[in-house]
Amino acid sequence: MVLLLARRVIQTVLILLGVAAITFLLLYALPADPARMIAGRSATAQTVANIRHELGLDKPLAAQFWAYLQGIVTGDLGRSYAQKTDVGTLIAARLPATLVLMAAGIFIEVLLGITFGIVAAIRRGGAVDRIVMMASFVGVSAPQFVAALLLLYLFAVTLGWFPMSGFGTFAHVVLPATTLGILGAGWYARMVRSAMIEVLNQDYVRTARAKGLSSARIVLRHALPNALLPIIAMIGIDIGQFMGGVVVVEAVYGWPGIGQLAWQAIQQVDIPIIMGVTLVSALAIVLGNLLADIVTPLIDPRIRAR
Amino acid sequence: MLKRWLRQTTIAVTLAVTPVCAFAQDAPAQGGDIVITYKDDIATLDPAIGYDWVNWSMIKSLYSRLMDYKPGTPELVPSLAETFEVSPDGLTYTFKLRKGVKFSNGRDVVASDVKYSIERAVNPKTQGPGAGFFGAIKGFDALSGGTSETLEGIEVPDDATVVFHLSRPDATFLHVLAINFASVVPKEAVKAAAGDFGKSPVGSGTFVLKEWVIGQRLVFERNPAYFVKDMPHIDRFTVEVGQEPLVALLRLQKGEVDIAGDGIPPAKFLEIRNAPDGADMIVDGEQLHTGYVTLNTKVKPFDDLKVRQAVNMAINKERITRILNGRATPANQVLPPLMPGYDKSYTGYGYDVAKAKALLAEAGLADGFETILYSTNTDPQPRIAQAIQQDLAAIGVKAEVRALAQSNVIAAGGTEGEAPMIWSGGMAWIADFPDPSNFYGPILGCAGAVPGGWNWSWYCNPDLDKRAIAADSMSDPAKASERTAAWEKIFTDIMADAPWIPVTNERRVVAKSPRMGGEDNIYIDPTRVINYDAIFVKP
Repeated sequence: MVLLLARRVIQTVLILLGVAAITFLLLYALPADPARMIAGRSATAQTVANIRHELGLDKPLAAQFWAYLQGIVTGDLGRSYAQKTDVGTLIAARLPATLVLMAAGIFIEVLLGITFGIVAAIRRGGAVDRIVMMASFVGVSAPQFVAALLLLYLFAVTLGWFPMSGFGTFAHVVLPATTLGILGAGWYARMVRSAMIEVLNQDYVRTARAKGLSSARIVLRHALPNALLPIIAMIGIDIGQFMGGVVVVEAVYGWPGIGQLAWQAIQQVDIPIIMGVTLVSALAIVLGNLLADIVTPLIDPRIRAR
Repeated sequence: MLKRWLRQTTIAVTLAVTPVCAFAQDAPAQGGDIVITYKDDIATLDPAIGYDWVNWSMIKSLYSRLMDYKPGTPELVPSLAETFEVSPDGLTYTFKLRKGVKFSNGRDVVASDVKYSIERAVNPKTQGPGAGFFGAIKGFDALSGGTSETLEGIEVPDDATVVFHLSRPDATFLHVLAINFASVVPKEAVKAAAGDFGKSPVGSGTFVLKEWVIGQRLVFERNPAYFVKDMPHIDRFTVEVGQEPLVALLRLQKGEVDIAGDGIPPAKFLEIRNAPDGADMIVDGEQLHTGYVTLNTKVKPFDDLKVRQAVNMAINKERITRILNGRATPANQVLPPLMPGYDKSYTGYGYDVAKAKALLAEAGLADGFETILYSTNTDPQPRIAQAIQQDLAAIGVKAEVRALAQSNVIAAGGTEGEAPMIWSGGMAWIADFPDPSNFYGPILGCAGAVPGGWNWSWYCNPDLDKRAIAADSMSDPAKASERTAAWEKIFTDIMADAPWIPVTNERRVVAKSPRMGGEDNIYIDPTRVINYDAIFVKP
């Protein structure tokens, strides 16, 4: 385990370094000149040159990248061009909302996914199975924007059960998390279904059945734990994706998460924020996978033994 | 003469400030707590840096400046200044400050604060976009070039007096002192904020910032010590950010939101307008905006005046205003109608396909030609570019539409010989202050026809440049109308050279709840968009 961790830490650093380098190069290859964007249309050439100098944009690319890396090591992600504030502060301010939505979204995804996946596997080939699979197909392919607006219109505007937009109370998180949960549950349902079908055909399940165990006990106690492994890996990936921001859902529900920040920064060519968000989400993806790697052997003794 | 003008305007101000709405049906009531939404975060509230149309109006209300505008109009009035005098040569401006004005940290506003604030806006370390506006003040080059830390042209003989010495007459100087970059800030608060003054602003305006939750909301509260009595009217406004315009509108219809700052998405416009209280909810106002197509005078065949005139006659501007849901009026000249110097009698190049074809034939292009039309890629700009493309096709001109991200279009425009035509939609000129000169220098003067500049027609007429300088030297307020006439003529003469196709004057649309009171022109104030000082909640 210690060895795994050490290897993963080294991998993480290398991945982050690679991500930083690629993002940095891509962003600076953009034809948009940040100094000119900040300076606005009334600026004289002198003003633009001054701003470029103050931002250090007149230094060679390698020197800029080196300065950036030095900053990261000391926890300094730089200052936003447009907002003139520490990028770290801006990202930190949005972390709570991002984490809440991530946890709630994944909870609903997994809950719905496992429930419907099991039901479909048990009723394999039947009407229920077909309906579940059809629904999950619709779920994974529905545009977030449409789904989010539909739920918003139905439950917030027409019925008035939940607030339309914002962050702060439990009621605020229900609609955005449900939107993400419904759309993402399809993946989980399909995965649980196929894993369950495989497990349910195994000898030991047949033995359990022959022993006269109730089918609920067979499914929940004997089959499900064995079907959960891929789900854990998938949750690890989802953690990374949710941390990178769920731009559309955040936009519709006015959710103050990292996705909103990233989207604004992209429109304003606010390179330090784009860099910061990219690094944070890369880190989250790596950590999410690491988490899955750590949890899997705890659940499955076979992997632990290997 | 000057003194009398001053006294008159000062009286006018005292009269004007409160009763703007006295003639309206509802008298402005004191009190109220309103909610305003925007899609994007508020970038910064630092007056030396903020330069977008959302933070512009908030900065206006957080701080005060020597000069300001009468709410809802482009009319200059003294604000932090009680009186001022302009020397006959137009090179010295002397301001007497109002007494007893306090910053929200409790300290008195003194003359050295004015000097500090403008020096800060010019100082390259501030990275402010507005430095160039103060170019006429003596010592500007030294400070902006980094060889000095102060502006020698600003003198502070005592706490109540500021004297500006200019290196050249600048008739727009009073406007310059009214723009946000001239807002007065206390040095100690800037220092204490350690580079984050934009997040913890201290000013002497109508409102103070009470709370800022990043990514969520900003709460502004009425400054009870504001130096004009009965201003502002509302007690508090909360700006909620991250709000999708469509959702903001739904919330407005439910009464959760009072002003949807981003306006009305095109898909919802007709529905709202036709709703029973729709008329009460839509504020539709003129702005100092002109949308245009630049014709690059350095790219063939637009180097030929006849070709430029021909395409000017080929565009069906009425149809383009329909694409904009009627939220625009056809333009025939450079200046927008609200701008002093707008020529009401000028008719420009009418829509006349036959005449356009004849002009092309005269230019030896009877069979038309191929060209490229640049446009930004956000709706509705590509659709407008396509409408222009179709109009051009009718006279035999095949234009390829290149819809790109805004920064790429700006880059192409500022590259010599690159973009033959650019539709300015989404990037068009909106005046920084209501003076015609603001529509010349950067976008039609020789100074802007440089790499990285905004004169995308690359039109440079040295004779007009001279006349522009002459007009801007008439700083005596008594000569104001003569100066406006000079500018009017300059812009008419520009149109004779047809470097632009003026297409539309767009109107801004703000959606507000029926409980909000006040005339439309304080929701779309020509110098600040939403005028938080003047809006009020109906009793």
